[in-house]
Amino acid sequence: MMAAGTAVEPKARATAKKSAGGAPETEAQEFLAVVTAHRAQIFRFLLASTRDVDLAETLTQDCFLKAHRHWGSFRGESSAVTWLMRIAINLQKDHWRNRRMQFWRRTQTNAVDLDEASEWLPSGERSVEQQMLAREQVGRVWKAVERLSERQRTVFLLRYVEEQELSEIAQATGLHEGTVKAHLSRALAKVRAEVGGRR
Amino acid sequence: MRVKDGGVSGVSEQELSEALREFRTSVCAWSEAEYAKPRLLEHALSNFKASVFAWSDAEYAKPRTAVLTVRHRSWRLAAGWALGCVLVAGSVSGGVYERHHRQELAKIAAMREAERQRLAAEQRVREEDEFLAMVDKEVSQEAPSAMEPLAQLMADDEAE
Repeated sequence: MMAAGTAVEPKARATAKKSAGGAPETEAQEFLAVVTAHRAQIFRFLLASTRDVDLAETLTQDCFLKAHRHWGSFRGESSAVTWLMRIAINLQKDHWRNRRMQFWRRTQTNAVDLDEASEWLPSGERSVEQQMLAREQVGRVWKAVERLSERQRTVFLLRYVEEQELSEIAQATGLHEGTVKAHLSRALAKVRAEVGGRR
Repeated sequence: MRVKDGGVSGVSEQELSEALREFRTSVCAWSEAEYAKPRLLEHALSNFKASVFAWSDAEYAKPRTAVLTVRHRSWRLAAGWALGCVLVAGSVSGGVYERHHRQELAKIAAMREAERQRLAAEQRVREEDEFLAMVDKEVSQEAPSAMEPLAQLMADDEAE
């Protein structure tokens, strides 16, 4: 998969902007490179957050549309993927807030159930027993993740699926690093309690 | 317990070594289980990550069509427009009807006022006529007292 920290360096961006003549073209190329590099990752994060393929796809498209609109204002203070994650997290929040406000609409979602989500395992060279054990473990983690608060889930997924650093998670979520640690600790305790690991 | 010649009183050396072996086995099993617990969490998290990656990759690679969504949205859009049109038409026609109704009421009220004024004027004319008639009647019946003897004399002369 692509590197989580692929960044467009501020200096490089500044140079690209200043280059005479083909500045808009360079920006478009830059943005295309960012889309190519991070689209799958943003989709994966949203899929794990929502367990809804259609919703994840829609939010991913919205995320890149928003990113494209504001690409000119991206100053490169954080990596591109952190910036994109922040947009994705905000879109997801907006989505759930709108769903809560529109209570008269159908509450049906396309989210798959936990068993179905647990079915997905990489096709490695594992015995049947190992696969069953892995499936059971994945099911337990999904069960714990479902019970987490929205913020805990976001932090947990960014850390243990996307393998982001605490500082990156803090930037993406807009929280202090200490708060991120606290959320992560609580989330991990819940997952551990479900999986059966030692405290 | 008293130890005698390397053993415990009442317990043979063989039984003791058996019990110690059991104890060691139990401690080892417990220790291994405790040692494996964090690895269990690590394995679970690793499997979870691999599962999410596999699911995401599979879904990401699938071709997508938006036909159903578009149809759904267009149906909703049409329903929304229809409802909006009905509401607008209803409010406009309601406004027009209300205006017309008010104009009719105002017209009726004006007609009633004109009728009332006409009747009042007629009444006033009738009252004036009656008053004048009464005045005429009273004036014609009254004879001035100063002229009364002359009138009688004229009547006597005519008789003679």
